Amino acid sequence: MPHDHHEPLSPSGHPYRADDDKDLSYWQVMEIAVRELLIEKGHISATQIQDQINTMDARSPANGARLVAKAWTDPAFKYALIEDAGQASRNMGFDIGPMHLIALENTEKVHNVIVCTLCSCYPRNLLGLPPDWYKSRAYRSRAVVEPRKVLSEFGLEFNQKIQIRVHDSTADMRYIVIPYQPAESEGLSEAELAKWITRDSMIGVGLPRAPA
Amino acid sequence: MGGDPAGKIDHEQHDFALWEKRVDALLVLSSSAGLMNTDSLRRVLEDMGEEAYEKMSYYERWISSICQNMIEVGAFSTEELATKMEIIKSRGATYGDAS
Repeated sequence: MPHDHHEPLSPSGHPYRADDDKDLSYWQVMEIAVRELLIEKGHISATQIQDQINTMDARSPANGARLVAKAWTDPAFKYALIEDAGQASRNMGFDIGPMHLIALENTEKVHNVIVCTLCSCYPRNLLGLPPDWYKSRAYRSRAVVEPRKVLSEFGLEFNQKIQIRVHDSTADMRYIVIPYQPAESEGLSEAELAKWITRDSMIGVGLPRAPA
Repeated sequence: MGGDPAGKIDHEQHDFALWEKRVDALLVLSSSAGLMNTDSLRRVLEDMGEEAYEKMSYYERWISSICQNMIEVGAFSTEELATKMEIIKSRGATYGDAS
């Protein structure tokens, strides 16, 4: 059988992390050991592990996008979201756990960016797991001291008159950005608008854009 | 680390491996079971020092911290862990064989 030796790509088109196809690592052994011991001792079950992974896999930025699209089209909802983002999200049926969630509204004059300098706190219930760069030392170190330079690396250049506000998340306090609605998208339906709202625009390192 | 000098941001993205997703699930479930929480995860991560950030991957640091937390809370002993790890290593050479 012919066999291609291209760089292996996952179904979503990303390369697998280098250590995935190597020999069993010490840390992988530890993961198996901790999991099996916790199951044997009755603290957790194998089913719970699988269910949790399924739940996690089902979360995506589409959840956050629905929230933002509603805020763009429904002023009362936007008000409620800014007042108490956790409750407003729960009212839309999103399970966001006990965490405090703050929605930050971008305007003509203010652009908000989120980071977690301590580790990787992220509104994962609304956006899925954080991207690798969000967890990187470079982003976490620099976002708080030179945000404009960091944003320029994401292709965003802001006029000096626009204030950049950086919000540092904690384990108990997470943020989500409500991006500024582009004028070209005015008048579209909530479902259409949701397609404009990218993951990066809800972190503050991107802007909403017309769907491709 | 906030404010420290650092290089350019790497935009590479990788898919999470099964073992990484399981580590993530272990934190959520051991927290729901009352065995640890985000603060205790972070306390051990910070005790590891800066070197761990250079030498270990994200979920390697996490499983190391979760394991330490489980020992501290008495969910299992260091002896039980060592015995279990030896058994797992003897199952095979890849993660698929051993898990």
